[in-house]
Amino acid sequence: MSNDQAPKDYRESLIHLEYQYTAGSATTTFLNQVKEGRLVGQACPKCQAVYVPPRGSCPRDGIATTIEVPLTDKGCIESFTVVHIPIPGNPIVPPYVCAMVRLDKANISFLHLIQGVEIDNIRIGMRIQAVWKPKEEWTHSLENIKWFAPIDEPDIDVSTLRFQAS
Amino acid sequence: MKKVAIVGYAQHKILPNAGALNEVELIMPVVHKVFADLGISQDDIGFTCSGSCDYLQGAAFAFVEGLSAIQTYPPIKESHVEMDAAWALYESILKVKMGDADTALIYGFGKSSPGNLDSIISLQMDPYYIAPLWPDRISLAALQAQVLLQNNIISPDDMMAAVLEARQHGASNLNALLTDLLTEDLYGSDAFKSSPLRGLDCPPISDGASAMIIASEEKAFEYTDNPIWIEGIDHRIESSNLGSRDLATSPSIESSVQHLQLKKVHFDVAELHTQFSHELPFLRKLLNLTNVPTNLSGGPLVGNVMMCAGLDAIGKTFEAMVNDQLTHGLAHATSGPCLQHNMIVHLERHS
Repeated sequence: MSNDQAPKDYRESLIHLEYQYTAGSATTTFLNQVKEGRLVGQACPKCQAVYVPPRGSCPRDGIATTIEVPLTDKGCIESFTVVHIPIPGNPIVPPYVCAMVRLDKANISFLHLIQGVEIDNIRIGMRIQAVWKPKEEWTHSLENIKWFAPIDEPDIDVSTLRFQAS
Repeated sequence: MKKVAIVGYAQHKILPNAGALNEVELIMPVVHKVFADLGISQDDIGFTCSGSCDYLQGAAFAFVEGLSAIQTYPPIKESHVEMDAAWALYESILKVKMGDADTALIYGFGKSSPGNLDSIISLQMDPYYIAPLWPDRISLAALQAQVLLQNNIISPDDMMAAVLEARQHGASNLNALLTDLLTEDLYGSDAFKSSPLRGLDCPPISDGASAMIIASEEKAFEYTDNPIWIEGIDHRIESSNLGSRDLATSPSIESSVQHLQLKKVHFDVAELHTQFSHELPFLRKLLNLTNVPTNLSGGPLVGNVMMCAGLDAIGKTFEAMVNDQLTHGLAHATSGPCLQHNMIVHLERHS
């Protein structure tokens, strides 16, 4: 019996499904503005919490976030991790830093890269600002921001960022 | 054991493709509607339970995202079933019966438009022997249709009547997706999708969401003078091995009927979760509903929101009983290939 006819005790059976993903109408509005270089969150009309990126609802109150809130591209590092393991297909060479970025006036953070600083100097509460790609490359994606880099402003005590319903 | 009643139900208009609306944006309006109808809020709810399928969204733990549609502060007691929301109702009934909650909010949601439903439903089956073969839901339904036809349990005319009547009923259902009337000629010229099922014998790809509120005996009368009591509810499942099932009958439904002692009940209305045309005459016969107005909403053939259509059958029975002051209603929900898993609900209105 040749080798390829040898009995096998397993076979791989890959599952492949395709979807047309829908961002939702709130996130679609957000992404249209990101394409123009603007970061616009949405606020809950009840508790006033500001969500960015907005998903269309306030998960605290279960109502639509109907108020648009223009935000700056400045904020602080709410939390971060140093990535040492290379991810296949990812062009960024480890070690690098992923951080939860809390924009000023926002009540939630999102994940983005931190560059332009020695890893050992990165700390929670550090002030940062978006570094944008050239305008010609802007699309419907937060990847229009290459990364966030530190700015010369005093750190923020992140415990003061805890949400207080108004 | 505590008695439990349905006190509210709301359904999103069923859409062929909700487009930019995501699941949360579909759920919010129905939850708000069912609350507004009763003049209550999430603060009045003791237990919240949802039914959905992450494979429909193509994302792990997608059901957690669905919770963003619900007020969750102060913290709520919450659960989820990876099934039709009819089973979320079942879990909620247990919670109320055990005294853990006096009220429960149940919601179901599903968008079939983003993916290939045939492949997705295939993955819901036994992962060792059946799912690797990728049998699609329509071919599997066609197997049972063929068995029923060969055994003269139903006829091709029964199937055509189910389709034509569904459209007639759907015309008066504001939330129905398909409401245009069909003729025998149109039906007869429709192509087979998987013989003996034509395209028109199959339910439409549908997006939507629904919500329901149940309450204990003490609470129910605070919300309505006219609660619809869940007199009996029972669900049973048959083997996941299709080859070991007799598709010409339904031992799961027969044992539920016996257990709930439904043989002598005269039903005024019934809504069955019959997704394919052959299932309607089959179940009407099996449940002794031949003379009972059945699927007056049009049923799944005019709008079939996955993970929600079973709850909708119960909700539509509730609506008919409230609107027409009926005494006994029967609702059915199903899951799995060829009516594998069935739930029977006996609703009663006390005059």
